[in-house]
Amino acid sequence: MSKPSTEHRRQRIAASRSILCLAFGLFAVAQGAHGQEASTIAEGQYLARAGDCIACHSDPGGKPFGGARAMATPFGTLYSSNISSDRQTGLGDWTANDFYAVMHDGHTRSGAILYPAMPYAAYTKVTRADSDAIFAYLQSVAPVHQPNHDQDLRFPYNNRQLLVGWRTLYFKEGEYQPDPSKSAEWNRGAYLVEGLGHCSMCHTAINALGGSSESAKFQGGLIPMQDWYAPSLTSNREAGLGDWSIKDITDLLQAGVSARGAVYGPMAEVVYNSLQYLSDADVQAMAVYLKSLPPSGDTSAPTVTQTEEKNRLYPLGSKIYAAECAMCHGPHGEGKGWDFPPLAGNQSIQMTSSVNPIRMVLNGGYPPGTGRNPRPYGMPPFAQSLSDEEVAAVVTFIRTAWNNHGTAITAKDISALRTAPLN
Amino acid sequence: MKTVDCCTDIEYCNGRGLHRILMAVALCVMAFQAHAQSSSTYPLPDTIDSRIQACTACHGVQGQGTRDDYFPRLAGKPAGYLYNQLIAFRDGQRKYPPMNYLLAYLPDTYLQEIAGYFAAQRTPFPALPKPDVSPQVLALGKQLVFKGDNARHIPACSACHGASLTGVSPDIPGLLGLHSKYISAQLGATRYGTRVGGKTNCMRSLTTKLSEADITAVSAYLSSLPAPLDPAPAPAGSLKLALTCEGAETK
Repeated sequence: MSKPSTEHRRQRIAASRSILCLAFGLFAVAQGAHGQEASTIAEGQYLARAGDCIACHSDPGGKPFGGARAMATPFGTLYSSNISSDRQTGLGDWTANDFYAVMHDGHTRSGAILYPAMPYAAYTKVTRADSDAIFAYLQSVAPVHQPNHDQDLRFPYNNRQLLVGWRTLYFKEGEYQPDPSKSAEWNRGAYLVEGLGHCSMCHTAINALGGSSESAKFQGGLIPMQDWYAPSLTSNREAGLGDWSIKDITDLLQAGVSARGAVYGPMAEVVYNSLQYLSDADVQAMAVYLKSLPPSGDTSAPTVTQTEEKNRLYPLGSKIYAAECAMCHGPHGEGKGWDFPPLAGNQSIQMTSSVNPIRMVLNGGYPPGTGRNPRPYGMPPFAQSLSDEEVAAVVTFIRTAWNNHGTAITAKDISALRTAPLN
Repeated sequence: MKTVDCCTDIEYCNGRGLHRILMAVALCVMAFQAHAQSSSTYPLPDTIDSRIQACTACHGVQGQGTRDDYFPRLAGKPAGYLYNQLIAFRDGQRKYPPMNYLLAYLPDTYLQEIAGYFAAQRTPFPALPKPDVSPQVLALGKQLVFKGDNARHIPACSACHGASLTGVSPDIPGLLGLHSKYISAQLGATRYGTRVGGKTNCMRSLTTKLSEADITAVSAYLSSLPAPLDPAPAPAGSLKLALTCEGAETK
């Protein structure tokens, strides 16, 4: 074996230098790809929060995104699916195309049509890039090995073929198309509210076919099985935001409380899991869009109906108010800042549906603890200390005092809600 | 609702004698004072007890409990124990819908603060109703509480909850000042697995060894005990526990 010549050695050194350089280059490229991937995952996490995926796709107390959360519907019980990165039971071996098909069109990989409890009628508006980012994020979360639960729907709803008819009536496929006559901010708000936010799922009445009519969008409805009323976002007599300031709307959405009112029940869940994490700019955009929704329904000042029931209950209600409520909500229902919502002029207690104020008096409630309001004040429950008649009286009082335009309610309304599910 | 009947009809009042008028005036003054008081406290100060009225409506402003059997005393229980229960209610492991509903969207730090508030309260123990059981039942209760039952491998309550039964910091609750029905409901729920704490402990396996009669006796006896001289839980690590509870439920 001859000693390598100097020339040969030089070549060898040059070659190893090139290899080193190449390796370093590849490493740098890999780093770049990794950085890009990390930012896509972070973006996907943000968007998954905007879509509140975690709320339905996690069992309370269970692992995030493992699915199996039972959801009672008027048609039977539905179970959410596992969307974690587990290969056998989650989305581990899905592709971004498979995921987009579900988001955009409600079709699973096997070709089955999803029940519309998965809000693909809203998610269809999500862009391909955003869908891909959410998918990248879900692929990055810890795998949860949990097989999906069979759906438990009554006949005839257990026949997925019926969904073909439902889709014809209520599903319109297509990404969000910006309205060029509006600002970029308004369009961003519309994209979030109508798409990932899927607000219309609750804030539009659901009919006997399980459909939300496009013409009644955002006009409010009783949330089936939960017995909370999701107020209209268009009527200024409900939660219509026409006369709210942008600040109050953004406070409500992001902090869960505002100078005009606070969120409780299902909306508290939305703020807790989703809206509190959105950027100031995005919440502002949503507020701008929501405030611009055209008013619908009767906007004339309603006449106060002096029913016999009201005259009977009002004096008792007034006494209970002074003794139990005035110390927080003020002698004239004026409230105080974020902590004690005003009752005078508060739309949510005067709505035609009296479900929400009755529930609040019976069960009390904490607004969600959020980044901007981590120690919320709680409304005490009164179910244990007031009779049906007394609750009816105080709710009638707050619905009709201080120029509030609500109507009287009866003890029967109270007794029906004592047994309503709490969560 | 209590209402005060202020006599405003002078002739009507005159007809019923001076002392009645005086009484009516006194009542009116009291009512006015009560009204003035409620107005003067508005708005409430920003204190933790103003914030947690949703808790104190049932558990009392200082967590002293109420006359209702199932709204237990929280005052002075170890903070770790209270925090674990709040987490278990929030996350749905311990099931009681009104509590699950109230806590569903509250962050850990706030629950820790609430637990700390009730743990720090020192308030007199309530006079509980005398348990309606025979002396034999109370004797069995006393036996189980302070001696346990070696033959059945049941340790005494006092072996873990402290000689004075005021609990041990940070996680073991005190057992005094609670209604008999509440205690027996908790023992039953633990036995059937419907009361699960945020942290595993050995109460599950222990309660499966108790008969209905044992539970009645222990609950009645505990509720019959007088207030402890020192209501504070024993300091952490001051008691060598009878059982090694760590992971006992998963074995």
